[in-house]
Amino acid sequence: MRLRAHTRRGSPQAPVPGPGPEVPVMEFRGVGLTYPGPPPVTALRPCDLIVRRGEFVTVIGPSGSGKSTFLNVAGLLDAPTEGSYLLDGIDVAGAGEAARAALRGRHIGFVFQSFHLMPHRSALENVTLAMVYNRSGRADRTARARAALTRVGLGHRIDAVPTRLSGGERQRVAIARALVARPSLLLCDEPTGNLDTATAESVLALLDELHAEGMTVLVITHDPAVAAHGERTVAIRDGVLAEQPGRGPRRALLPQGVAE
Amino acid sequence: MTDRRRRLPRLRSRRHSHEPSLSAFSSFSPRDLFGESLAGMLQRPARSALTGLGTVLGVGTFVAVLGLTATTSSQIDSRFDLLSATEVTVEDVGRQQNEFAGYAFPDDADDRIEALNGVQHAGVYWQVRLTGTDTVRASPLGDATGERAQILAASPGTLQAALPTLAQGRLYDDFQQDTSARVALLGSGTAARLGITTLETRPAVFIDGEPFAVIGVIDDVQRKADLLMSVVVPSSTAERLWGVPEEGGAKMLVATSTGAAAQVAREAPTALRPDHPEYLKATPPPDPRSLRSSVTSDLGQLFLLLAAICLVIGAVGIANTTLVAVLERTGEIGLRRALGARSRHITLQFLTESGTLGALGGLVGTSVGVITVVAVAVVRDWTPVVHPVTLAAAPAVGLATGLLAGLYPAWRAARIQPAEALRR
Repeated sequence: MRLRAHTRRGSPQAPVPGPGPEVPVMEFRGVGLTYPGPPPVTALRPCDLIVRRGEFVTVIGPSGSGKSTFLNVAGLLDAPTEGSYLLDGIDVAGAGEAARAALRGRHIGFVFQSFHLMPHRSALENVTLAMVYNRSGRADRTARARAALTRVGLGHRIDAVPTRLSGGERQRVAIARALVARPSLLLCDEPTGNLDTATAESVLALLDELHAEGMTVLVITHDPAVAAHGERTVAIRDGVLAEQPGRGPRRALLPQGVAE
Repeated sequence: MTDRRRRLPRLRSRRHSHEPSLSAFSSFSPRDLFGESLAGMLQRPARSALTGLGTVLGVGTFVAVLGLTATTSSQIDSRFDLLSATEVTVEDVGRQQNEFAGYAFPDDADDRIEALNGVQHAGVYWQVRLTGTDTVRASPLGDATGERAQILAASPGTLQAALPTLAQGRLYDDFQQDTSARVALLGSGTAARLGITTLETRPAVFIDGEPFAVIGVIDDVQRKADLLMSVVVPSSTAERLWGVPEEGGAKMLVATSTGAAAQVAREAPTALRPDHPEYLKATPPPDPRSLRSSVTSDLGQLFLLLAAICLVIGAVGIANTTLVAVLERTGEIGLRRALGARSRHITLQFLTESGTLGALGGLVGTSVGVITVVAVAVVRDWTPVVHPVTLAAAPAVGLATGLLAGLYPAWRAARIQPAEALRR
């Protein structure tokens, strides 16, 4: 129902209904990553994690805790060495490089701490770039990018280059880029790490809004204040993933997410 | 909006069905590839331009060298076609064969040669050697107007074969030749030195004391330029006064139709002396093909080497800049990978960038080369000649240089791991 209300507004970043609400967006079954030695380094201990459709989950951990490894595995930038990872019900643990690239482009929208915008291209072109590789039709690319930018509140800065944008505006462009390909999962790595407190709040408010519209959001952070935005927070320390003690599901209806 | 709402569910249901095929890999359409590559190059237009300069110079030199070589050799050819290719010289070499052999040319030499197919004009000539200090005078007495000039005995056919332009008067012809008339032609330079400015006064010159009526002043000749510096008298007159020419002194000038020279040269000795053709040696014009190839190899090799060196420098420049760009754009590469690009898409993009740079450099270089050839041709009053194959090949050479130079940087770019690249 939420979806339909949303689509009527015409926003392009409509959350993907996917195979159905019963299939989790992302499911780790004993997923672990060990870098081959010598000596072998276990960056992520085998863990289970379920993120259901429409959830807002935060992963918190200090630097060096294995956050990056978790991001790389969850974002298909790196293949896990054990366990199985179901993304939208597809087992991607054994997927090859090319298959992972394709899945990244279609199922995951990335938001990075350092924005990773192309400095010489306009906001519109930066957003359009997300549709270059994933077989989106050329015809409505510009319209979709324009709509995505309008959705994040940048309808008036469409032709500005990133160097002329404030930090908050840049992160909004990055969020628009992540949304425009209609991913199942919005994967944010320290999205407010380079922003001042007020701007960070507005960006988090935007993420809250998107979540309210049905988008599945996973935020990785070291900042407890940011982590508090999630319905659920998972802590990571020394490569071990664990449900944050004392912070259970904020909403009663949500199922348990983490075992171990 | 209604349109989109209707379409979206269909797209989604296909993309997110329970069994999505992993084979539906990312794509990178050619249009996107070129768009992204162009944008990548235009990120730093000044650097791209400087990078392309090496190729511009290399390809430009390449085209200019080939064009100039073709142009110069075609100039030699055209001068050759005009006169040399239709000129045969026959020499008296009888004394070398037989020390008792006399003057080798028969009396009717001109007629015998002119009867040959392809001959336009032919005539025997020789230089008359006199012993006096000043051999030519404009007056019988006094010492003010004495000149030491070359006396040339020439049959009327020689004059016609030399294609002269007269300043005044006329040439002598068969009548004067048959009657051994005492007439003379002066080159314009000789006439001026002798103080003869007009034929209105019926001037005469005295050669070795003998009077000759000046009937013409030659302004210019197209063959046998030494006529201009000589006093020319009919060969029969010279023979009567001073005897037959000494050993090897006599030659024959033959003007032929285009293409007939080689054959005329083969036939001439036999036509003149059927009994002793070996007493005469006919020299045909050199083969234009051998002339051209020698010119090409002389000029071309060194400059082509130079062009190749320029191209190598250009390639190294492109390779270096592209490599720097790859390292500089690691973040961009990571981002593209995160957005679904495969490593081969990254390779393709960087190869296209360097290839485009090389091809553009090649195009500009081709233009610069052609402009150089045309400019040189205009200054030298030549016809510019550039082979079409050169023009077609030059941008391709630029493209190949760019692609070759881009291989290593593109390979490096493809090996960059997205996780590493995004950490920056």
